[in-house]
Amino acid sequence: MTRRVSLTVNGATKTVDVDPDMPLLYALRDDLKMNNPHFGCGLGQCGACTVLVNGEPTRSCQTPVGSVEGRAIVTLVGLGTPEKPHPVQQAYVEEGVVQCGYCASGWVLTAAAMLAKNPKPSDAQIRDGLAGLKCRCGTHMAIFRAVRRAGRIMAG
Amino acid sequence: MTRLSDLAIARRDLLKGSGALVVSLSAPALVGGGRAEAAISPVAGKPGLTPDQLDSWVAVRADGRITAYFGKMDMGQGVDVAIAQIVAEELDVPFDRVDVVMGDTAWTVNQGGASGSTGLLLGAIPLRNAAAEARRVLVEMAAEKLEVPAGRLRVVDGVIGDGTKKVSYAELIGGRYFNVPMTWNGKWGNRLAAVGKAKPKKASEYSTVGKNYPRFDVPGKVFGTTDFVTDVRLPGMLHGRMIRPAVAGAVPVGVDAGSIRDIPGARIVREKDLIAVVAEKEWDAIRAAQKLKVTWSDAPAPFPSQDKLYDHIRNAPAVARKSPVKTGDVDKALGAAARVIEAEYEWPFQSHASMGPACAVCEVKDGKATLWTGSQKPHYGRDGVAAILGLPPDDVRGIWVPGPGSYGRNDAGDAAMDAAVLARATGRPVRVQYMRHEGHGWDPKAPASIHRVRAGLDAKGNVIAYDFLSRAFPRLDVASNESNPSDTLAGRLLGHPDKTNYVFGNPAESYDFANKRHRFEVIRPLLSGASPLRTSHLRDPLGPQIQFASESFVDELAQAVGADPVEFRLRLVKDSRDGAVIRAAAEKAGWKPRPRPHRNGGNGTVTGRGIAYAQRNGSTVAVVAEVDVDRASGRVWGRRFVVAHDCGLVVNPGELHRVIEGNIVQGLSRALYEEVTFDERSVTSVDWVGYPILESPDVPLSIEIVLLDRREMPPKGAGEPSTRPVAGAIANAIFDATGVRIRRAPFTPDRIKGALRQT
Repeated sequence: MTRRVSLTVNGATKTVDVDPDMPLLYALRDDLKMNNPHFGCGLGQCGACTVLVNGEPTRSCQTPVGSVEGRAIVTLVGLGTPEKPHPVQQAYVEEGVVQCGYCASGWVLTAAAMLAKNPKPSDAQIRDGLAGLKCRCGTHMAIFRAVRRAGRIMAG
Repeated sequence: MTRLSDLAIARRDLLKGSGALVVSLSAPALVGGGRAEAAISPVAGKPGLTPDQLDSWVAVRADGRITAYFGKMDMGQGVDVAIAQIVAEELDVPFDRVDVVMGDTAWTVNQGGASGSTGLLLGAIPLRNAAAEARRVLVEMAAEKLEVPAGRLRVVDGVIGDGTKKVSYAELIGGRYFNVPMTWNGKWGNRLAAVGKAKPKKASEYSTVGKNYPRFDVPGKVFGTTDFVTDVRLPGMLHGRMIRPAVAGAVPVGVDAGSIRDIPGARIVREKDLIAVVAEKEWDAIRAAQKLKVTWSDAPAPFPSQDKLYDHIRNAPAVARKSPVKTGDVDKALGAAARVIEAEYEWPFQSHASMGPACAVCEVKDGKATLWTGSQKPHYGRDGVAAILGLPPDDVRGIWVPGPGSYGRNDAGDAAMDAAVLARATGRPVRVQYMRHEGHGWDPKAPASIHRVRAGLDAKGNVIAYDFLSRAFPRLDVASNESNPSDTLAGRLLGHPDKTNYVFGNPAESYDFANKRHRFEVIRPLLSGASPLRTSHLRDPLGPQIQFASESFVDELAQAVGADPVEFRLRLVKDSRDGAVIRAAAEKAGWKPRPRPHRNGGNGTVTGRGIAYAQRNGSTVAVVAEVDVDRASGRVWGRRFVVAHDCGLVVNPGELHRVIEGNIVQGLSRALYEEVTFDERSVTSVDWVGYPILESPDVPLSIEIVLLDRREMPPKGAGEPSTRPVAGAIANAIFDATGVRIRRAPFTPDRIKGALRQT
């Protein structure tokens, strides 16, 4: 039942020998030794394991690794770097958003995908667009500020 | 003025240790701008890591950067930044030249870890004293070297001079040790105190303390480059998963090894009543935990059904009773009262529900052990691992790595012990990560409680008696740290005895009632041992529930005598700082006096405002909540919060704002949504559906904060106090909106609708 699966992660192609039904999360973490995304619930309820698959926020804990072959997977590390930050990451740093930071993959990648479609979301669109993500530290006020700031950065 | 004899002693002490060049070995992680390799190590010539040595607190590295060794913790609220500010201030160096080492038992003394919002209140004081002492010693060294009296020397950015001659800290001692003693009070943990000869600066001289500096840890977390405890990987490491019973209290009596035979490398670890699986690959360990067939003992169902919880608390025998506040003769005054007001409030078990379930990694090798933990008290985690493995604490190193959230004694302390037991049993490093159902189901809970409050009024409506009684599960069924295996799941499963501490708490306010009593009665835990309803500290332990009751009741009293809730509180508080926060919050909120609730009718959305306040260990906070109540659905939205916050001297106002915002949001979540559910067998709220927390659609529109900066006072605590009055303020706002008093938390739509129907 193990087979070779080819994954494109942050622009690089890698192969792993795994059970194709195994969640993508464990291929990224255990086979490819990547430290993001995180295991939060294993149930698709929190967002800590989020990656972008062809630009769409996807719960890697609920996604069979065999189902994402040939698709572009982007993790938080692949979104941007301190030298070349994604606007959401830049805004997060400027707003000093996170506390424990374990949830960051979900919020940052979901906001990045949302702003890619609509860089000027209304307050209601931000609230709805980020629903389903959990932040136990309660940093939501700062998250909203950062998302609005990122939208302004993207709008130039 | 420095006396020559002092100078001679200082110089002699310095010479004794200053020869050894510092070698870097097994360097700790640094926060700040510095690289770990640049840190100096305890290898060559460093005095022992004890609080009575300056070198245990602060070091000047060869490149002139400063390392501060902090024995408490920052868990994402910027305490480490504040420590760097304080150390920079006393040493007269720029903020960005200071790095902070914390959470490593090889490098920091045990100041108690994160504990009760004391990071600055207690934790900063030895660092401040040490930095001031280091500056004093360096100025004396400079006086000697430059042949200028110390009194004529000034320090600017770590360079000491008299305007003509100058020498830098790095030139004087960079990369070498001070070997200067500090006076230590001999205590460890929160009570540790250490002072040098130097006198720290006055607040009026501060230039770095009181300003905004950014957090050290944000970029790494945002760019995904920070390693969390879940990311620790060691050669030969196994992945472990624990097996928990469906009926709490049941123990394994049989295990079918064949049930996981087809999973590569999976094996069973069983010691007494502890059972786990390990495997080379993480997914295999998870599958093995899911597939393993265990026969459990026929344990009796340990819990009452949930609808009987509060009756159980009401009727169970009290194991301990205490009256922390007792003024006048309450019973006599109640007997003489023209009118007695009475109400009872209920608060459920709540879960830490950390963002991820706990993880820990442990390696046991050559009679020594290393623990990597997300626990907020890594020194105590080290002690616990030493105890459960039977090793001397000095042979165990505890290393904190950021974990998935920490608001008290969550499941991290349990994971640390599990990892240690599995590492010893397998002879391999083991990484244990819990599954979501364990994070929610088996973490120590905030205790459920009821609070019965009575007040006697005289004929004129003056309060002449006040009696506040809590009945509750213990505050500390398990201790707030994991230094004793008895306080962990693994410890209990391996036979370590019960050590429940039967204590609770009482309201923190300064209401001036002539006859006043605060009492508590503590009942037994529902299940002794490895229980999913063990109780311990969750952010602001007992504060939200007690102050929900006491601040709701003060509102009920105001209503009874026809007084405005703000005016009524101002009339009663004795402490002027309490009055100041209440006034500041009311003013900022544009509070309009209302002797009676607005009591809006109809079926639409109605709005109300409520106020609550609380002290906490030297800090005081008032919160005005403005809520929308949808009468049709029962949904409550905390639309706007105004917070007036006095935590003494403000070290970093920007970060303090964000800390307060987090507390308000977490407090709001606990007030509106959070309740551990259970049946007779075990906890049933084992994921985010069963234990919902606040999500983005329910985030407030605004949180407005007034900081009352008390420059004349040392910094108090801010990590928890603003959590405390939130539930009370919301309940009072719901009353204003609807005329209905909600006395049971959380304020869920069903509960609100039910209460509205009864009116």
